[in-house]
Amino acid sequence: MSNAKTDKPIKKRKVKLEGDLLNYKGVWVLVESERGHVHPVSWELMGQGRLLADQLGVELCGVVMGAPGPELQAQCEAAFAYGADRCYRVASPVLADYRNVPYTQALTDLVNQFKPEIMLLGATTLGRDLAGSVATTLKTGLTADCTELAIDPEDRCLLSTRPTFGGSLLCTIVTLNYRPQMATVRHRVMPMPEAQPERSGLIVDVDPHLVETDVITKILDFVPDDQSGKPQLPYAEMIVSGGKGLGKAENFKLVWDLAKTLGAEVGASRAAIHAGWIAADRQVGQTGKTVRPALYIAAGISGAIQHRVGMEASDCIIAINNDPSAPIFDFAHYAIVGDCVQVLPALRKTFAAYLGKP
Amino acid sequence: MNIVVCIKQVPDSTHIRVHPVTNTIMRQGVPAVINPYDLFAIEAALQIRDTHGGKVTVITMGPPPAAVALRKALAYGCDEAVLITDKIFSGADTLATSYVLASAIATLGKEQPVDLVFTGKQTIDGDTAQVGPGIAKRLNLELLTYVSKIVAVNREAGKIQVERRAEGGVQLLETRLPALITMLEGTNEIRFGSAPDMFRAARAEIRTWDRESAGIEDLKKVGLKGSPTVVSRVFGPTPRAEKAQQIAFDPAAPQAATDALLEKVLAEIPKVGKELERHKVEAGAGANHE
Repeated sequence: MSNAKTDKPIKKRKVKLEGDLLNYKGVWVLVESERGHVHPVSWELMGQGRLLADQLGVELCGVVMGAPGPELQAQCEAAFAYGADRCYRVASPVLADYRNVPYTQALTDLVNQFKPEIMLLGATTLGRDLAGSVATTLKTGLTADCTELAIDPEDRCLLSTRPTFGGSLLCTIVTLNYRPQMATVRHRVMPMPEAQPERSGLIVDVDPHLVETDVITKILDFVPDDQSGKPQLPYAEMIVSGGKGLGKAENFKLVWDLAKTLGAEVGASRAAIHAGWIAADRQVGQTGKTVRPALYIAAGISGAIQHRVGMEASDCIIAINNDPSAPIFDFAHYAIVGDCVQVLPALRKTFAAYLGKP
Repeated sequence: MNIVVCIKQVPDSTHIRVHPVTNTIMRQGVPAVINPYDLFAIEAALQIRDTHGGKVTVITMGPPPAAVALRKALAYGCDEAVLITDKIFSGADTLATSYVLASAIATLGKEQPVDLVFTGKQTIDGDTAQVGPGIAKRLNLELLTYVSKIVAVNREAGKIQVERRAEGGVQLLETRLPALITMLEGTNEIRFGSAPDMFRAARAEIRTWDRESAGIEDLKKVGLKGSPTVVSRVFGPTPRAEKAQQIAFDPAAPQAATDALLEKVLAEIPKVGKELERHKVEAGAGANHE
């Protein structure tokens, strides 16, 4: 692979589905919930799944799992509102909280019974734990942390694109002669679809036949996170991020100053985190948070794919870098070639004057 | 306790460069290291051994130079190392990789039953987090992913308690051994190897297993042939259709440039203007309370 030329197909291997694999139809999205709360990535995937299902001319189905009760009904109805045609409702007291073994067993059985061609899960701790397990029990292909999903019009295969080589290039991965084709996608990578409350669909109830005494792993306690004082990057509408181009740790203060004037969140590139200039929970990018703000100011960030896939959905990207050939200028909307140490204070003054602040 | 740690040798990603003209990966001179996430798995395993006795065996699947990573793990204090290497393993995706590693762990288990298997959270070159769950499923081990703390190990009862990072909180889980744990980053700090361990590592003989000694039963499940996923295309990023608008910057009059920039942004991207207006209002409202 070391000399793999890019921008050319490496090889076009023919897909030849045989026997039972021809019966796999439809696009599934796992509706991930913990303690009654659906993770928003599930609805983002529902929006993406709708596009794939329409292109294939097949049904979009939600998979809803948990303890029996009105919450599952509400989750099915929400799934319809976000685009599902059908929901598989798998209810059992054993599924009340996420545990690997019962969830893996229930989802594996469901796939074997109803045979979807595509199954999408959020790249959360739950989704990655479950997807990696189910792909193994089903012996099929799984592509993690995709940034783009599409259908190959020639052979109806799922084209899963993700960063590779530590985020320096992109690659497209296909699952040839195995079904379903599985993929995970991180939170905020796909846009949130608009809910259509008038949509409805068909609920199919499935009994997973799980018995608590068969499950070895027990949940003794759950301690919810204290969110106070933690950065809320995924939903921030304005973000100022700093990278290695700031030169030294002290200069990161200029990023904080600008963010304070704007009322913005502070982000950082992986390089700045590795340099120890700022806490790891501020990282924006493939191995950090994915963000979609109205305004993203990138100060001293080169713009490697690792960072780009985490923020390129921003409405307005302002890039400041003293290297005119930095890749960030290939996808920013506004470019200032200059030294961050000079530009950031000026930018702060400009915004302060506009906002009527000191 | 008989503990196995799975590690991977990876290129140090901070040194990877893409050739600006040909868009190919430049691997020459890129140092190889133990996947940084695996160090947390090694340290967690060593701590359990230090408290409860037993041994830690470190294994990796990879080309012969991966022995360097194993030797490094021995220098940290791991007791034994096995390199699983065979030409037919190359081109493996995560499903095929987990098959080979699971086969090797099962083979080790024939010498002495394995109580715990550790992996890192994910690798820095693949970033998939799929191999750990894959091994657990194939060996029917209880799976504990994203473990942030080993709370208690009860060897006699064959039980373990851990804290697991879940979405929005931390689960306290109890399970029976044998189990597979994927260790979260930042949860411990890899020790400096002791001088005797370093000397031992330098001279140690590293067991090398091919397909036969690793106990591979089905050759159709390994390497490229055993991989359901195929990379169909590798490519560099595409620039946005419209080029970024250059704002001329003169260090002598820095604010002239930033004022011009804001004017342009407000005229061209209304959403930013709306966001700033909202903030103006919020800031004003906040001021009244102060």
